Amino acid sequence: MNGSSLAAVAPELLRLGVGLLALVGFIAANGMLLLYVERKVAGHVQRRPGPFEVGPHGLLQAFADAGKLVGKQLATPAGADGLLFWAAPLMAFMPVPLMFIAIPFGENLFGLQTNLGLVLILSFAGFNVLALCLAGWGSNNKWSLLGAARAVSQAVAYEIPLLLSVLAVALMCGSLDLRQLAGSQGGWPWQWNVAVQPLAFFIYFVCAVAETNRAPFDLAEAESELTAGVHTEYSGMGNGIFFLAEYANMIVVGCVATALFLGGSQGPFAPGPWWFLAKMYLLVTLVIFMRWTYPRVRFDQLLNLNWRWLMPLALVNLLATALAVKLAG
Amino acid sequence: MAILTAPVQALAAVWSMVVGLRVTITNFFKPQETIHYPRQEVPPSHLDSFRGHIELVGTDEDPAKARCIGCGLCAELCPSFCLKVVAEDLPADPTVSYESHNGADQLMPRPKFKAPPPSQAQPRKLLSYHLVYHTCSLCGLCVQNCPAGSLRFSHDVYLAGASRGRFEFDLMERLRGQAAHGGPKGGKAHA
Amino acid sequence: MSWPAADPCQGLEGDLYARVFAEGARDDTLILNMGPQHPSTHGVLRVLLEMDGEYVMRAEPVLGYIHRMHEHMAQNRAYVQFFPNMGRVDYLHALAWNWAWAGAVEKLAGLEVPRRAEYIRVICTELNRVNSHLLWWGAYLLDLGAVTPIMYAFEDRELVMDMLQLITGSRLTYSSFRFGGVLTDIDTEFVSRCRAFLKRMPERLEMYRELVTGNAILRGRLEGVGVIDQMTARRYGATGPVLRGSGVGYDVRRAEPYGLYHEFDYAVPVHHDCDCMARYMVRMDELEASLSIVAQAIDGLPEGHCIHPDAPRGKWRPPAGEVYFAVEGARGKIGVYLASDGTEIPYRVKLRSPSFSNLSLFAEIGQGTLLSDAVAILGSLDLVIPEIDR
Repeated sequence: MNGSSLAAVAPELLRLGVGLLALVGFIAANGMLLLYVERKVAGHVQRRPGPFEVGPHGLLQAFADAGKLVGKQLATPAGADGLLFWAAPLMAFMPVPLMFIAIPFGENLFGLQTNLGLVLILSFAGFNVLALCLAGWGSNNKWSLLGAARAVSQAVAYEIPLLLSVLAVALMCGSLDLRQLAGSQGGWPWQWNVAVQPLAFFIYFVCAVAETNRAPFDLAEAESELTAGVHTEYSGMGNGIFFLAEYANMIVVGCVATALFLGGSQGPFAPGPWWFLAKMYLLVTLVIFMRWTYPRVRFDQLLNLNWRWLMPLALVNLLATALAVKLAG
Repeated sequence: MAILTAPVQALAAVWSMVVGLRVTITNFFKPQETIHYPRQEVPPSHLDSFRGHIELVGTDEDPAKARCIGCGLCAELCPSFCLKVVAEDLPADPTVSYESHNGADQLMPRPKFKAPPPSQAQPRKLLSYHLVYHTCSLCGLCVQNCPAGSLRFSHDVYLAGASRGRFEFDLMERLRGQAAHGGPKGGKAHA
Repeated sequence: MSWPAADPCQGLEGDLYARVFAEGARDDTLILNMGPQHPSTHGVLRVLLEMDGEYVMRAEPVLGYIHRMHEHMAQNRAYVQFFPNMGRVDYLHALAWNWAWAGAVEKLAGLEVPRRAEYIRVICTELNRVNSHLLWWGAYLLDLGAVTPIMYAFEDRELVMDMLQLITGSRLTYSSFRFGGVLTDIDTEFVSRCRAFLKRMPERLEMYRELVTGNAILRGRLEGVGVIDQMTARRYGATGPVLRGSGVGYDVRRAEPYGLYHEFDYAVPVHHDCDCMARYMVRMDELEASLSIVAQAIDGLPEGHCIHPDAPRGKWRPPAGEVYFAVEGARGKIGVYLASDGTEIPYRVKLRSPSFSNLSLFAEIGQGTLLSDAVAILGSLDLVIPEIDR
C-alpha cells in the first residue's frame, strides 16, 4: 500500500472509527431514552404516571434500571449450552452499530458512504434472527425453544416483503445508497417518497414492526403464552442487552423508513439532522403506541398476513414501480 | 367473490386498528387516574367505609371505658378464633375462665358459654380484650352481634408492620390510648 | 382457519398425568407443563400439554394446588360462621356465593327476607357481576397480549369496589349477606354514586368496543377458535356464559328464579357461534344486562328493613333437613347442597362450582389447537382456580 492511497484511506478509516464510537454512544443513549419513553407512553395511555420516583418525573429511572441490571447475577440455567446461551445476547447487539454506520442523519452526518448502504443494513439485520435462535436453543427451556422457532419463521418470512418494498423505492431512485435515496426527495411532505409509494411504506412499516419483534408481532416473546419466550432464562444484563438491541433495532428501522420514505434530513424549513431525528422518533413513538394498543396476533395469522397479503402486494408494487420507471425513463 | 370482498375486509381491518390507536392516543392526553401515594393520599372522606380491624367503643360518660359487658359472644361467634375476651362476673367469680384457648376447640368449636339475650345480659367486668388480627377475615359477625354495641370497625387504612406482634392488639389499651388522645368518642357503634 | 382434518390424537394411548404410555403412542412429542406458575393460568392451575410443535395434542388440567377444604370447613362451624369462606371460594363474584349460602340456609329454615334486603342483594350481586366481568375482560385481553385494557377495566372496577365497600365494608372478599337480609343498608351516598356509575358506563363500554371488540386482531384470535357445540357443553355440565355462548339460553335467574329477579326486565344474552368470540360477546352483553338490572333496582328500591327483625343472630339451630339452592354466578350455576341434622353446625355441605365443569371442557376442546389458541380458550372459560379446587 503506497503513501497516496493510505492518505486517501486514512480519513475514511478515522471517520469510520469515530463514527462507530459515536454511534455506540448514540445507541446506548437511545436505549435509555426509549425505555423511558416507552414506560411513560404506557403509563399515560393507561392513565397512570409511569416512572415518577427516580429523578424529576422519573427521568433517571432508566439509569437506575441499567444499574440494577448490571448488578444482577448472570445465571446460566442447568443443562444450558453456556457458549450459545451467552453468545446470543452479544450477537443480538454487535451488528447493531454496524447498521447505523450507513444511515445519513444529515447532509454530511453519516458514518460511511457506500453505494450498498441499504444492503448493508438489511444483511446485518438478519443477525438478529440468529441471536434469537441461539438464545432459544441454548437456554434448554421448552418455552424458549418454542419462542425461537417462532422467531425464526417470522423473521425469515418478513424479510422478503421488507426487501421488496424497499426495493421499489431503490428502483425508483436508481440507487442503493441511503444518502442518495434520502437526498433525492424534496423538503415538503408531498415530495417525499411516501407520497409516491404509500403502499411500499405501509408494507415496510408492518414488516419493520414484525422484524423487530414488537407487539402486536412479539410472538417470540409472547409473555402470556411462552412466559417470556426466548428471554425466559436470561437474567441481568443478558436480558438488558436483548432490550437494548430491540430498541436499537427499532431506531434502525425508523431511520431507514425516514431516509427512504420520509425525506431523510430534508424538511420544509431549515433542513438538517433535527428533521431526520424528529421523523424517526415520531415513527418509533407510533410503534410504541401500537404495542400498548393491540392484542397479539397468532402465529399462523402472522404468517398468513405475510404470505397472503404483504408478499403479493409488495410484488405487485415492485412490478408497477418497475413498469412506471421504465415507461417514464 | 372472495377476491372482491377480501380487500374490503382487509381495509376494514386496517381501519379497526386505526380506531383502536385513536382510543389509546386520546387516553394518553387525559388526566391520570392514579394517586401518587406518598405525596398524595386518598381524601379521608373516601376511606370512611373502609373496614379496619375491630375496636372497642367507649361509653358516653367515660370514653376510656368500654361498653363491653364481657358476655364473650363475639369470641364465640368469631369464625377464625381471633378474639380473646377475659371478663369476670360481678361479683367476682374466679371459676369462669376464658383461658382455654387452645388448638382443640379450633377443630370443633364448643360453645363454652351461652350468650344471654341482650335485654337480660348480665354485665360482667371486662378484664382484657385481645384481638389477633392475622386471622381475622373482617366478616363483621362480632360487630353485628354485639349486644352492647361495644364493637366497631376502625378506619386505619395505613396499618402496616414488620412484625407479627404489630397485629396483635390489646383493644382495651387501645381504647384508653384513644380516649387520652381525644380520638373517636363513643357513639355510633356500627359504621 | 383450518385444523388438521384428522384427529391429531389418534392412536395415542396413555396417561399424561402418570406419564405412562401404551404402545402405539408417539414418542416424538413435547410434554409441556403450563402452570402452576404461568402468566395465563391465573393462579395455580396446571395444564399438562402434549405438544407437536405448536399444536396441542392433549391437554390435561391438573387441579388441587389451592384446595382449602371449604366444604369440610363448613361442617365444623356454625352456619353463620361460614360466610367469610364464601367470599373466598370465588373471589371475583363473592356475593353470588354469599347469596347461595344465605339462600340455602333460608330455604332450609324457611326464613323470610324483607323486600328491601332482596333489592339490596340484587343490586350488589349485579354490581359484583359487573366487576367480575370487567376483570375477566381485562385479564383475557392480557392473555391475548393487549396490556392496556385491563387498566381501563380497573378504572371502572375501582368505582364499583368503592360502591360495594360502602355497603359491605370490603373490596373483594365480601361477606355481607346474612340469613334473612344483608348486613348493611344502602344510603343516599351509595344511590348517587351508583347512578353516576350507570351514567358513565355506556360511554366506557363504547370505548371498550372501539378499542377491543371491533379490533381485527382480536376478532381473528377469537372467531372460530375453541368451538364448543351445544351437546359438548351440556355433556360437561357447563353453565353460565360458556353455555350461553354455545347457544343455550340457560340462566339460573330465569330457569329457577330466586330472590326477586322475576321482577326485573333484563335480557339473557345468548350467542350461537359457540366460539371464543361468542363467549366474549355474551359477557360483554351481560355487562349491559347487569347494569340495566341495577338501574331498575335502584329506581324501585322499596322502604323497609335491610334484615328481617326476627332473623336468627349468632349461633342457632335450623331444622333438620336437606336443601339445594342455586344462583347464577358470573361463571355459571353456583349450587349449595346442605344437609342439616338440626344441630348448630351443618351435617354436610357440597358446593357446586361452575368453573370446575367449565374447565373439564378444556381437555376436549383444547386438543388439536395451537398453543396461542389454547391460551385463548382457557381464558374464554373465565376460570377462577380457587373455585375449582375449593
